[in-house]
Amino acid sequence: MRVSLFIACYNDTLFPETGKAVVRVLERLGHTVEFPAAQTCCGQMHWNTGYEELALPLVARFVEQFEHAEAVVVPSSSCVAMMRDHYPLAAERIAREGGDGALVERVATLLPRVWEFTEFLTKKLELTDVGAYYPHRVTYHASCHGLRNLGLGDGPEKLLKAVSGLELVEIERKEQCCGFGGTFAVKNADVSGAMLEEKLQAVLKTGAEECTACDNSCLMHIGGGLHRMRAGVGTIHIAEILAGEDKSAAQ
Amino acid sequence: MNKAELDPRVALPFPKAAKASLRDAQLRANVRRATDTIQAKRRKLVDEKKDWQELRESARQIRAHVLEHLDVYLEEFERNFTRAGGHVHWARNDREAQEIVVAIAKQAGADEIIKIKSMTTEEIHLNDALEAAGIHAYETDLAELIIQLGHDRPSHIVVPALHKNRAQIREIFLREMHLTELGEKPADLAEAARKFLREKFLRVGTAVSGANFLIAETGGICIVESEGNGRMCLTLPETLISVVGIEKVIPRFADLEVFLQVLARSATGERMNPYSSIWSGVTPGDGPRNMHVVLLDNARTAVLADGEGRQTLQCIRCAACLNACPVYRQTGGHAYGSVYAGPIGAILTPQLMEMRHGESLPYASSLCGACYEVCPVKIDIPEVLIHLRNKVTQRNGWFAREAMAMKAMATIFRSEPRFRAAQRLARMAQQPLAKKDLPIVGQDTQARPDSAASWVKWLPGILGNWTQTRDLRAIPRESFREWWEKRRA
Repeated sequence: MRVSLFIACYNDTLFPETGKAVVRVLERLGHTVEFPAAQTCCGQMHWNTGYEELALPLVARFVEQFEHAEAVVVPSSSCVAMMRDHYPLAAERIAREGGDGALVERVATLLPRVWEFTEFLTKKLELTDVGAYYPHRVTYHASCHGLRNLGLGDGPEKLLKAVSGLELVEIERKEQCCGFGGTFAVKNADVSGAMLEEKLQAVLKTGAEECTACDNSCLMHIGGGLHRMRAGVGTIHIAEILAGEDKSAAQ
Repeated sequence: MNKAELDPRVALPFPKAAKASLRDAQLRANVRRATDTIQAKRRKLVDEKKDWQELRESARQIRAHVLEHLDVYLEEFERNFTRAGGHVHWARNDREAQEIVVAIAKQAGADEIIKIKSMTTEEIHLNDALEAAGIHAYETDLAELIIQLGHDRPSHIVVPALHKNRAQIREIFLREMHLTELGEKPADLAEAARKFLREKFLRVGTAVSGANFLIAETGGICIVESEGNGRMCLTLPETLISVVGIEKVIPRFADLEVFLQVLARSATGERMNPYSSIWSGVTPGDGPRNMHVVLLDNARTAVLADGEGRQTLQCIRCAACLNACPVYRQTGGHAYGSVYAGPIGAILTPQLMEMRHGESLPYASSLCGACYEVCPVKIDIPEVLIHLRNKVTQRNGWFAREAMAMKAMATIFRSEPRFRAAQRLARMAQQPLAKKDLPIVGQDTQARPDSAASWVKWLPGILGNWTQTRDLRAIPRESFREWWEKRRA
């Protein structure tokens, strides 16, 4: 399959390793990856902070970039949630205000081809074992948008359980928000920090070497907290685990 | 605590008020423990209903239908309640409602009243208004009694004293009821409250209540409760005054079938509320002889007029969203500066204030969606929060500092060359701030996949709010798109 990668602005800038891992996994599975060069941001930050108007051009921009894709894969569930939950509304507003009247229809035909990375593997390709090797003790944090908006369910965990060498340990209160919430983390820094503290305690209690998730936004938050306390526990995007290979076996 | 703190007109903004709550370790422990308990009970009872999602959808549809035809159902209720011998009063705002209640109580010759737990009377600060008119109100709900005796304010819609534990309650009772001794068991505390209240029930001839539902078809009023204090207030006094928000009406008696199922499960984790009272007008020789309903608007019609905010009025005050909220879990209710706390308070309060107060509340959420997931009438609270954030930013205008930053970001994102330039610029700007880790003795940090990463431990201005408790992964030397282009070449 010809897969178009939407990397997400913050992954592009801060977490390029995640994008490389997505490419590695998809190519290993025999798919062709494309990267539409003019892509930037899905508009989520503007939309969720109350600047709907500023998000509108970014919606139109995404559609232009990706509407001819066979499948769009995004290693960030909150960006996909932004598209599924809000792009239809954004397109309606653009049409209502005299913009591109066809955008509503264009969004509607594009959205069924947009997949969060793990969802693409488990639901579109119907895979649980992607042939990965990662000999570490790992705990999985269910990000809110993946869990509630996309309904990822236990899909990501099924992928992790199939990874050779990986020991998956369950975290307490898995469904509880880590306190990131985009601009919430700076607008309500004290509350966000208190939420993070509870999450960090839960991560440490698992005894895992690393905490993984489908969103680097949560992991940036959790990882930033773990690093501040010099916990010796890291964070890693699920794509980077699924890209892991047993190099000794290959030789 | 200062009573004014739960008045959105004078309350501190949420982030500031939350600071005080976060410092109160006892309060946070109490809130966590209580919300965990209620949530576990709720989950068990929701799981046993195989048709829970259908029930939620029915409840949503009935409430949404009512809001589309509110005028019709309110007038139908008024006709039927009046025909049954009751009196209906219409109050545009809190002041009018206070005046109506005070006038009725005075006419009844009351200098004391007994009260059933009611959020609507909290909303209009009725007790203060009664006190000012020389009428003392006794709260008869156990939790409200604790709040009243403790000179405290409610922190939860259903369990208003949830921030107090048993030992703290015992201290309040000992002090305020002038007891010389009191046991520590729940039964001892309940017995003390019972003795204290029983005398009031038998002496005071006027009661004030709220309502869970108004039934248009029968002119009935429904109240559900757990303790039986409500039943006492509804049956013993001569005069009964119910203050009810206009959105509380439902069309038919049969609709209770849906609401009594979802409300008890969502609110207290029970299959059914222990006491469900429904009364329709006056019955000679049985119960109150003067029945009044004060139908309160207090900006509800303004909320109704807003197509996107309207669903807020579907709320049946179960507080499941408070119990599920990870923000409320940390702060408890007082930080919300309103009698309506938690996610529903974050959307209801600013709208009831016509967006003139409580503007920090729509931001008191990480948009995690736990509230929407548990809401029995399917109010999409995250969507309404975002809608209200738009109202706030529009009013602040494009020259507000945040708006200018957002506009600059949007300009960057609208062009790929600008985005690349911004990435490069940020990478340069961070250089003095980004540092590699020093090795920790005894930890094999070099084996970590992110061991090569640099970290930012301090940021200026508003971004410093991030680094006050967290580090930030520094921007690596090469962006993904740069890697991709090299790979292609």
